[in-house]
Amino acid sequence: VEGVARTLLSFGRLSRGLPFGRAHGLSSRDPLLPLAPRSQENADPQRTAFLLRKQWTLYSVTPLYRFSNAHLRDYARLLSAFIAAEKQKGLAVEVGVELDIKVAVSSLPYLKGSDQDQAAILVQLSSRSPASPKNSEEKLIWSGWFCCVSGDDLSKNVPEDFTCLPLFLVNGAECYTSIVGSWFQKTFDCSFRRLAISPLILSWMAAMWTGCKVDKTASAMELVFSVPCLPQPLDISYAIHPEDAKALWDTVQKTPGEIIQEEVDVFMDCLYSHFHRHFRIHLSATKLVKVSTAIASAHCDGIIKFLQSQYLTGVLMLLTELAISQIE
Amino acid sequence: MQRRQSFKTQKQPLQVHHKNQTDLSAWRKGGRIDPEKNVQNHQSPNNQKNDSKQGSLEQALSYFEKVQDRVSLKKNSVLQKHLTTVESIGLQSGLPPEAFDVLLNVALSGKLADTVNTRLLKSLLPASVIPETSVVSSVSWLCVSKCSGNIQLLFLRWLIAVFDFIDHKEQLHALYGFFFSFLQDEKMCPYVCHLLYLLTRKETVKPFRIRRLLDLQAKMGMQSHLQALLSLYKLYCPELVTITLPGKMKTYFKNSEGPWKAGINTVRRRNQENSPVFQPLFLGTAQPQSRKRKWNTQLIIPASSTNTNNLEEDKKKNRVDLYSMSESFRVEQLQTFSQLLQNIHHLEFPSQMGSVLTNPLLLHYMNCIKDESIYLRLYYWMGQTLQEECTWCALDNNQDEEEFKDFLETVYKTECFLQEGFSSCEEFLYKSLPLWDGFCCRSQILRLVSWIPLGSFSEIKSHLYDPLAQFFFTSSLYFKCSILECLKELLQNWLNWHVIHLDSESDSQVHSSNTTHSELLNEVAELIHFVGWIATVALRLENNPTFLLYFILDFYETACDMYLRYNLPLLIMPPAGVFYPALLSMDSVTLNQLCYIMYRYRTNLVAAKENELSKKEMVQFRFSNQTYQEYNQYITAMVGCLWTSSVFQKDIHPQGLRMDDELLKKTAVQEFKNSFNIVYHPAMMGYAVLFLQQAWPDDTTFNFSLIKGKKWNWYLEYLYAHGLKGLKVFIESSINRVSRASHSKA
Repeated sequence: VEGVARTLLSFGRLSRGLPFGRAHGLSSRDPLLPLAPRSQENADPQRTAFLLRKQWTLYSVTPLYRFSNAHLRDYARLLSAFIAAEKQKGLAVEVGVELDIKVAVSSLPYLKGSDQDQAAILVQLSSRSPASPKNSEEKLIWSGWFCCVSGDDLSKNVPEDFTCLPLFLVNGAECYTSIVGSWFQKTFDCSFRRLAISPLILSWMAAMWTGCKVDKTASAMELVFSVPCLPQPLDISYAIHPEDAKALWDTVQKTPGEIIQEEVDVFMDCLYSHFHRHFRIHLSATKLVKVSTAIASAHCDGIIKFLQSQYLTGVLMLLTELAISQIE
Repeated sequence: MQRRQSFKTQKQPLQVHHKNQTDLSAWRKGGRIDPEKNVQNHQSPNNQKNDSKQGSLEQALSYFEKVQDRVSLKKNSVLQKHLTTVESIGLQSGLPPEAFDVLLNVALSGKLADTVNTRLLKSLLPASVIPETSVVSSVSWLCVSKCSGNIQLLFLRWLIAVFDFIDHKEQLHALYGFFFSFLQDEKMCPYVCHLLYLLTRKETVKPFRIRRLLDLQAKMGMQSHLQALLSLYKLYCPELVTITLPGKMKTYFKNSEGPWKAGINTVRRRNQENSPVFQPLFLGTAQPQSRKRKWNTQLIIPASSTNTNNLEEDKKKNRVDLYSMSESFRVEQLQTFSQLLQNIHHLEFPSQMGSVLTNPLLLHYMNCIKDESIYLRLYYWMGQTLQEECTWCALDNNQDEEEFKDFLETVYKTECFLQEGFSSCEEFLYKSLPLWDGFCCRSQILRLVSWIPLGSFSEIKSHLYDPLAQFFFTSSLYFKCSILECLKELLQNWLNWHVIHLDSESDSQVHSSNTTHSELLNEVAELIHFVGWIATVALRLENNPTFLLYFILDFYETACDMYLRYNLPLLIMPPAGVFYPALLSMDSVTLNQLCYIMYRYRTNLVAAKENELSKKEMVQFRFSNQTYQEYNQYITAMVGCLWTSSVFQKDIHPQGLRMDDELLKKTAVQEFKNSFNIVYHPAMMGYAVLFLQQAWPDDTTFNFSLIKGKKWNWYLEYLYAHGLKGLKVFIESSINRVSRASHSKA
């Protein structure tokens, strides 16, 4: 288990050296382990179920200044007043009274990779119907969570006053994201930035996730490519049977449990040449924009959907690394 | 002819950039606005119509100012006219700030009938803001109760409705006790509660006030307005308010905006459009926000204090503080330099460190407080903002170049202010320079380059020098000069930094870090070698233009003096590719500059030698013999070229001017031996001609050989008098000794 963390971190350090995630410079000599299903032991599928099968928009967040787990209730109270104030634009708002939108801030202590990691923080906004506030069910309208899975690289370098939760995932309307984000920026002096996923990283994800075992009969692996420089956008979808993809990957991967850049390149080249044989299109000249597998699906705009709870922390570990590389 | 007297205006180490250092007296924050100007701003459209409106409003105001006795509205058409004017202007475009004093006075003094007062109060809407002073004086009218109860109520409702438009609230806060005393009036109580609710701060919550509220509640029963105030008190001081209050309350206060609602919305919209009140101070110059920003990036952040103060847990811990008045000084209150000095011990930093960039007072404070976390907060914010807003790095093209330019400018000014480069800025440059087109925000980028901190040791060659060299070689002469200028600034900033740290180091520990010191030396040496290299290539590429030589020699004016002026045991001679083009320049400015530089090299080397001999210096910092050797070669060439006319014979530099007599004869130049001295040097010949004309006005043969002996000395004086001071110090220091014989002979 320890080996997993170590090798992935070495990847993180490499990717950090890349300005804006550009492709060159990733050494092929550094071995990498795929996302081993280590998360089974600490992530209870029941508890993480609500994170699955939802589209999460990714942000990187710089360390939060003077954030404290002891104040989550107060944060919820202040944030809900802030939301009400923002919605009323400039009118004074009473703090502490119940408002249309309820805010809950809670901790997800099971969602972390190492002991140094901060517990993930979940923020949920739910609305009540104004007609009958007491009886009506609260409806979840927006949720976002901060997390750090094996982000030791960042957290070991910052002083005590700072809390490292570099990855922020959001599901819900942009207007709430902006309000909640602004509040966090104002309150904890942090900065949010959209976290895009480069095609290079997407191809890594494709290779890693192909090699992972899934219990049930898995859905097809799908790669979406976008053709550049056309007047109209043209996307090419490339679906592969998961067993075929796995078989291909097994022939490419030399050492089980380890991935290197060359193997990823060979894997993708094989897929490209197969496609070229049938359609006479060089996919290598296009841009990989989306990868969907049974494990998760990821879009280059920085949108992710988790599909398997057992691989949740593994994927989060990679995303944490990406977020840290964008911060530093 | 001689425009430059470089050494007279020598820059001292640590010279402050005056253009960026604001005058102390100017550090009053620009938050206050000129009421007169504001009015004009808002009434600029439809000028003619407004002029007449303005006129009638002035008439109305002076009428209301002078009105003495109770005037009946029905019978007095003058009053009717002026009242209608005030109403129409008030409700349509809002009243100017100075109108409030007059109108509130008359409305609350009870001089006129209540119907008039009511109509006046209802039309009191601001064009922009309401001056606090007029509100304060009207509160004093309230206390003498000249006006009827209804008017008092209406005034309170008005005050609540327009509360946000009052320009300052400090004095109003001081009247908290007065307002509180109005609570006993049953009719006024709900509105007073609302007003108090708006005014209450943590420090205004006092046990006696809580008791009074509880008494009132016992007397009048559970009233929502009282509960509202109590719950606010409880929020601030939960340990003082022990009663339980119902958690849910739909509305605490009746809608008091009432008659002003529509008008207030208009004012609010208008103020948002051209909000002068919240224009940020941008180190002196106001910058308008040009476009709607994304939520996650804000280039200009107003300084506001942290809002986590009212956390329940914190309050319990700080119970002792509640009764004392010692509160931390909030950044919003910080307006002047003297305030900073008085409150420096309990000033708190703003909730977002990014706001210090536009706040010189906070920058001063930051300079005093060496706290890692404030730099780290600024580091993260600035790093993210630079990358997010960079027009050539970011993925989406939402960025506004002008705005980004302004931001870079602000960052640069801050660096000048703090005399310190930001590491986030350095990293940004390393990341973005390879992608830069060399054009966008050019001067801002180059200025930021000049603040790259010394001692980062992080492969500065591949990160900075390589991309800069690419731009340098492929760009115009002008851009080349800009890069040289920026590298000179960089060198100066490094040297200044070194001097400061040498001072602070010698205070604490003596040479504990020799390794870092030699690394610093290497980094400075690397920069000077880099400039020598690009300068050599550029002179070849551009064919030695004087303009370029000026910037190159300007760099060496700093480099030649590092030992004496900056206490750095390092001297690097310019490469031959720079030295010879300057020596053979056709321009006397260049030659004079070179003479000055060589004079400073000499002074530094002599000082180093003396220190070495007296063993003051540590042995490891001895200049290499190569430096002395190079200097000697150059000085031989220069003396040969300017004085002894022997450069072709004596120059021993491998890239020098030494030529065989045979070869020289082939050039068919007569008297080639004399071709280079202060008379015949192409850069000096113009002076020689003028000198001849003055000394022998009748002679038209231009017989240069006449300049010898006593005349030679006159000629020298003539040159010095024409501003060739570099030549003067050079000749006085380096030549008289070397060639006294030839001097006296000639």
